[in-house]
Amino acid sequence: MAENRLNSPVKAVVIGGSAGSLDVLLKLLPALQPIVSFTAIIVLHRKNSGESTLEDLLAGKTTIPVREVEDKDSLRPGIIYVAPADYHLLIEKNLTFSLDDSEKVNYSRPSLDVTFESAADVFGDSLVGILLSGANSDGTYGLMSIKKAGGITIAQTPATAQSAFMPQQAIVNVPIDFILDIPELISFINSLNK
Amino acid sequence: MIEEAEVDQLVNDLYELYGYDFSNYSRASLKRRIIRLCTLDKFPSFAEFRHRVRSDADYLKRFVEEITVTVTEMFRDPLFYKCLRTDILTTLTAKPFIRIWHAGCSTGEEVFSMAILLKEAKLLHKSLIYATDLNPAALEKARNGIFPLAHMKQYSENYIESGGINDFSSYYTAQYGQVKFDEKLSEKMIFSIHNLVSDRSFNEFDLILCRNVLIYFDKPLQDRVFDLFDESLAQLGYLALGSKETLKFSMVKLKYKQLGKEKIWRKIG
Repeated sequence: MAENRLNSPVKAVVIGGSAGSLDVLLKLLPALQPIVSFTAIIVLHRKNSGESTLEDLLAGKTTIPVREVEDKDSLRPGIIYVAPADYHLLIEKNLTFSLDDSEKVNYSRPSLDVTFESAADVFGDSLVGILLSGANSDGTYGLMSIKKAGGITIAQTPATAQSAFMPQQAIVNVPIDFILDIPELISFINSLNK
Repeated sequence: MIEEAEVDQLVNDLYELYGYDFSNYSRASLKRRIIRLCTLDKFPSFAEFRHRVRSDADYLKRFVEEITVTVTEMFRDPLFYKCLRTDILTTLTAKPFIRIWHAGCSTGEEVFSMAILLKEAKLLHKSLIYATDLNPAALEKARNGIFPLAHMKQYSENYIESGGINDFSSYYTAQYGQVKFDEKLSEKMIFSIHNLVSDRSFNEFDLILCRNVLIYFDKPLQDRVFDLFDESLAQLGYLALGSKETLKFSMVKLKYKQLGKEKIWRKIG
């Protein structure tokens, strides 16, 4: 299915969500095959606890290396990067990450819109954006940017999301390529390995 | 949407006309700040925005204020402050005089946090904190020591988590939704404009704090600033960075030893 829509090989997959999307990731990650040809970037809204427990939590669910981003880290294929709490995560054209502690966007830092837009700028049509469960409209503008740059937009099937508002907002406002539940998300991401 | 070449043009203008050098700022973040300011000030096009920056020196002031990020808080990352309290200040106690540089201090919340730590460690009387930033408006706020009352609940929680045992409200007086911090705290602060991109070292310090400033710089500029800090740090002095910043990728890293988990390094080489 999905492969037919891709114009160029996928270089990056950005996944974003807030309330309830951790549950999705905990189901998703164990089912993913090692990723080879692309980079995965996860941005989740959460409280700034001062501890990087999200990285550990996700790393425990997969054999794919999971890393919380430190300033100026390089983006490498085959790795899942996690946005640190309380910083916006941006991507530079030279394929390094930058962090930014400027104002919250959509009451959120990290904001999905900020990372998605920045990724769209760098990866254009070789990017996939996935929006999971959440209770605010962050991510909609970001998916729009991905769409405009020629990338693929995906929303979690709202009925399967703990908070349907976030994917629903995107479905209403952005041309969404695929609306997928968790098993479909798994097979989609696995199908991207080239 | 703004093109990469347009950002380049603007960066050139700023340097040629005003001497502000943004060429080594992290590009993605700088571009986002420029788009944000364009939208905020309702410019119909980038060309008009650029024209205003070029032709209106007053608008340049606003540009610098808005492009540079001034988000900060008191006792930000409380465990970092706890480490300053228990590990760093105790080793500085023996010194007859303590010089601290807070580089990129923005609106000064962390400078006042440091003054409170020094006061509680009974070191404030023999300390001087040099607080610098390139943003004059932010520095003016820092100098006044007046912050929104609405933030005090969070700051008080941070303060307690950092190991503070006093009543946090004893450090300020509240009026009309604002609080003013005790002037005894600011007696030991010296505020001045300093641009990390272009200005030089101006003293020797026992502790340099530069938190969440280097994230806005690219690697070559980070290296320049690390050299500047290295030049400005006394032997066995400390360098303290933001929670996601690191010396790991820098040229000076071999001369420094990180202390535990916090982003604090000691100059050993």
